[in-house]
Amino acid sequence: MNWLRLLFMAPAWLFLALLFLLPLGIVACYSLLSRGLYGGVMPPWTAGNWLRLAEPLYLEILLRSAAVAAASTLLCLALGFPLAWFIAQSGKRRNLWLALVMLPFWTSFLVRTYAWMFLLRDTGLINSVLLAAGLIREPLPLLYNYGAVILGLVYSYLPFMVLPLYVTLERLDKSLLEAAADLGARPWHSLWQVVMPLAAPGIRAGALLVFIPCLGAYLTPDLLGGGKTILAGTLIQNQFSSARDWPFGSALALALTGIVLVALVFEIRRKQETLL
Amino acid sequence: MGPLLELRGLTKHYPSHCAVDGLTLTIGEGEFFSLLGPSGCGKTTTLRLIAGFEQPSSGEILLRGAPVSGLKPYQRNVSTVFQNYALFPHLDVLSNIEFGLRHQRVEAGEAARRVAELLALLELENKQRRRPAELSGGEKQRVALARSLVVHPAVLLLDEPLSALDPNLRKQVRNELRAIQRRVGIAFLFVTHDQEEALSISDRIALLREGRLVQTGAPEELYLRPNCRFAASFLGPVNWMNGIGVRPEATVISPQPHPAGGSRPAVVLNCTFLGNCFHVAVRLESGECFTAEIPRQAALFAPGQPVHIWWDKRDELELPEL
Repeated sequence: MNWLRLLFMAPAWLFLALLFLLPLGIVACYSLLSRGLYGGVMPPWTAGNWLRLAEPLYLEILLRSAAVAAASTLLCLALGFPLAWFIAQSGKRRNLWLALVMLPFWTSFLVRTYAWMFLLRDTGLINSVLLAAGLIREPLPLLYNYGAVILGLVYSYLPFMVLPLYVTLERLDKSLLEAAADLGARPWHSLWQVVMPLAAPGIRAGALLVFIPCLGAYLTPDLLGGGKTILAGTLIQNQFSSARDWPFGSALALALTGIVLVALVFEIRRKQETLL
Repeated sequence: MGPLLELRGLTKHYPSHCAVDGLTLTIGEGEFFSLLGPSGCGKTTTLRLIAGFEQPSSGEILLRGAPVSGLKPYQRNVSTVFQNYALFPHLDVLSNIEFGLRHQRVEAGEAARRVAELLALLELENKQRRRPAELSGGEKQRVALARSLVVHPAVLLLDEPLSALDPNLRKQVRNELRAIQRRVGIAFLFVTHDQEEALSISDRIALLREGRLVQTGAPEELYLRPNCRFAASFLGPVNWMNGIGVRPEATVISPQPHPAGGSRPAVVLNCTFLGNCFHVAVRLESGECFTAEIPRQAALFAPGQPVHIWWDKRDELELPEL
């Protein structure tokens, strides 16, 4: 039966090899070559691109990206947890609420991000309403800052937090909450001492699903952050376009992949430990 | 001193049915009280109303004379042993037991003393660091019991705590439960659908049917003097003939008629081996089927054999149809 197994696995392996491992290998080679004059790469081999990552300028951008991604993840958790709890408790209606959580995916990501620009810009809906109401004299600087970037990221990736949280909370045995109340725990204590620890796998899964795309996000920081907020995604894009430094862009991209890989390995190790 | 727990006309309506219908009961301090009845008779709902997980539609619950209906579950001085035990899976045995103490103003030394006492009483000392997933059914049950007893509730509510155990263990745990209740002196309100369990363990039993109270009394009272046919049949097998009931163990069967007369001729249908005894099914000349219980060592009866049956007049249950 081994050949049948191989046959069934073949498409997945082929897909991984051709569309993931091979391109990743190419990027790895690029990161060790020198930059071409008009983009592209040329010999000789060098480790210089990787050494440049340690320069304060780039290190700061990577750290700032991690901070923005972490802030977005925490906000997603703070907003997603009550939402997931509400959905898990809402009986027959839960499918309706889940469908509403997924609804934004039906519209293009780009369109949704532009919609935020129309809301937040100086002549946008929020500022014009506030101006017309006489509450402010000058338009509030809502767009082109880290706040706007985090807002956009939270808006985009909230469903990735809500869904795994919903799954763990929905499976939570309700009699455990009754037992906690029965033993004198107020709802707030039950939340911290029973619900949170048992929802930890969902929290970790949701955090990874949000943190990883936020770390490498390009479109949202670029559109809502403007030129003032350089994050890792924008930096990499710049290397391949205006800066024409493909080898350094490749090193940056791989460094980002590396950070994500470390987080994933850590999480998988943890899962295996809890299974044992 | 008034009763420990008093239910006055307790009623719980659900949109589809009435789970508990005007239940009035009193339970005394230190009593082992069983709520017995078939599934769907409202016994678990009654327990949940007392614990505060559900709100009564009408009626009153008084704990040591004070109404508790307005109190949240965490404000009521009762605790529950759940049918599935509901142990916290992320905490070890010790932390499960200590959980309730963290939410009560119990002084540290006193808390440690109580925990040590219960660990010893329930023989859990060398299981303290285990997680619930690593425990057997009987051990989980003991942890659940310790976790609920450690907070010193006025009354301990037990929701079919033995039903998840296998039958051999169940009888052993039943006796242990009774012994523990005696030791701690806390009143137990025990819900079960198993009449043998209720008879063997309780000081008093309340028999419920369709949300209503059928009869309360000591086990012997319920078994020997049931107030209706339902009560008689629920507590054990009964042979019915013209409105008179006789239990199989009160029915005497013999190849010869009773020397003083008054025995009834019958024909043996079959013999069923039950381990500790035989049940002999016979058909009377009048057509009714009767079952008589005979000891395992007694001479066997063959199908088709003519026999005579009789019983003591005092063992007759004369009850109205219900």
